[in-house]
Amino acid sequence: MAKLLKSGKLGERATRKVILMAVGIVGYGGYVPRYRIKVEDIARIWGEEGYRIKESLGVSEKSVPDLDEDAATMAVESARNAVRHAGISPQSIGALFVGSESHPYAVKPTATIVAEALGATPNLTAADLEFACKAGTTAIQCCMGMVSSDMIEHGLAIGSDTSQGRPSDTLEYTASAGAGAFIIGKENLVAEILGTYSYTTDTPDFWRRPSADFPSHGGRFTGEPAYFKHVVNATKGLMERMKFGPKDVDYVVFHQPNGKFPKEAAKILGIDVKKLEPGLLTPMIGNTYSAASMLGLAATLDVAKPGQHILMTSFGSGAGSDSFLIKVTDGIEKKRSRSVPLSTYINKREHLDYGQYVKFRKKLKSL
Amino acid sequence: MMNSSPSSWRRIPERYCLIGTSCETCKANYFPPRLICPKCRRKGKMVDKQYSGIGKVYSYSLVNVPPSGFEIEAPYVLALIELEEGPHLTAQVVDCEEKDVSIGAPVRMVFRKIQESGPHGLIHYGFKFVLSK
Repeated sequence: MAKLLKSGKLGERATRKVILMAVGIVGYGGYVPRYRIKVEDIARIWGEEGYRIKESLGVSEKSVPDLDEDAATMAVESARNAVRHAGISPQSIGALFVGSESHPYAVKPTATIVAEALGATPNLTAADLEFACKAGTTAIQCCMGMVSSDMIEHGLAIGSDTSQGRPSDTLEYTASAGAGAFIIGKENLVAEILGTYSYTTDTPDFWRRPSADFPSHGGRFTGEPAYFKHVVNATKGLMERMKFGPKDVDYVVFHQPNGKFPKEAAKILGIDVKKLEPGLLTPMIGNTYSAASMLGLAATLDVAKPGQHILMTSFGSGAGSDSFLIKVTDGIEKKRSRSVPLSTYINKREHLDYGQYVKFRKKLKSL
Repeated sequence: MMNSSPSSWRRIPERYCLIGTSCETCKANYFPPRLICPKCRRKGKMVDKQYSGIGKVYSYSLVNVPPSGFEIEAPYVLALIELEEGPHLTAQVVDCEEKDVSIGAPVRMVFRKIQESGPHGLIHYGFKFVLSK
């Protein structure tokens, strides 16, 4: 012990409490439903000027789940893509967490449905998580801890949501659907997670009571004291602890409730907004909630080269942010042919009008 | 049948993962799973077999007048799918319109919600198919 203290090695290890080494992404997958509705088509119904809303939110359309899709079905599709990409046996998955704020059941886990559909049962632990839009990245952290302590070989972290916005509410323009899945392990990594740091407070910016169909929010209060405070502080906290700056990363992914917030957060942190481009999907598919930062990361990994660094910071209302520093490994090129690029789902789309959208989202009481 | 938890639960392996059976004696593949090989009878040895979920449209029809519980989805395409391993099954082909479907069209399995037992009951999930291209 004394020898270790003298050499400084023990101290070095102690400071790494939040920084886990040699844990990373073995494979990943995403899923976005095929249907879209344009912001203008929603605005027209409520007597708003579509182009103004489109411009103010930085979103042109959003994804809409099919009648037979929910957070569980999308989680399964993204997870199957991730397992194929990773090239692992589903039986090697020791933990499976699904983060969502639209779990199909109030009581009965989505995670067991996903585990069964993957063929990962019965030798694993599974649970559902909820933390507004960041439950999926928290699932990544849970898996990192279990993998690095050798409790499990592989952990599967999923963020999946079919989010709802009250008709005519601002949220209706962006609340969309999608799922992202990441397999966390120690070997055959496509990217190493160099470290993670979280910033959490009790901030009532957005909520939904158990019996409510639609969430409520604090309007402009969701900005500065909620999104920006947590995203900026989590990112700064990670930078300080891991001693890197905005120039040391090649790509940046932030939670993206609309097309503008991530760009403003980047400006506050002195990050070149061009680094956001591959992972900024909200303008095309809307805010996929728990999946938003995870799909942004998946789209970024689709184009990233070995050796490049990616910074990802999620945000969940209520409120908190998880920030990650990720280094792409040589292994990514080898697995590229097995992945389903996210662009496949983003480019394959069919537009609905507002009437069809109301039917698809079952917004009429008689449905 | 959809309202019973045990009967729905028993069919989870076939509905979620396309697990059928194969006879080790005559190598015939079956879906849904069979307990006894109709060709080999007592000489047959049945084992579980997971199908890949890749197949083609053997035949199809557009359902305009759906059974109870599927009204909101009509019209939808219901098809006989020939799996690449041989067996045929009936499933919906989703994410498409009737004009996109043709006999012989390649399809792959997806995981979707099949039916809900009312607003308070179980949600039943299972396989449907989408066109591969």
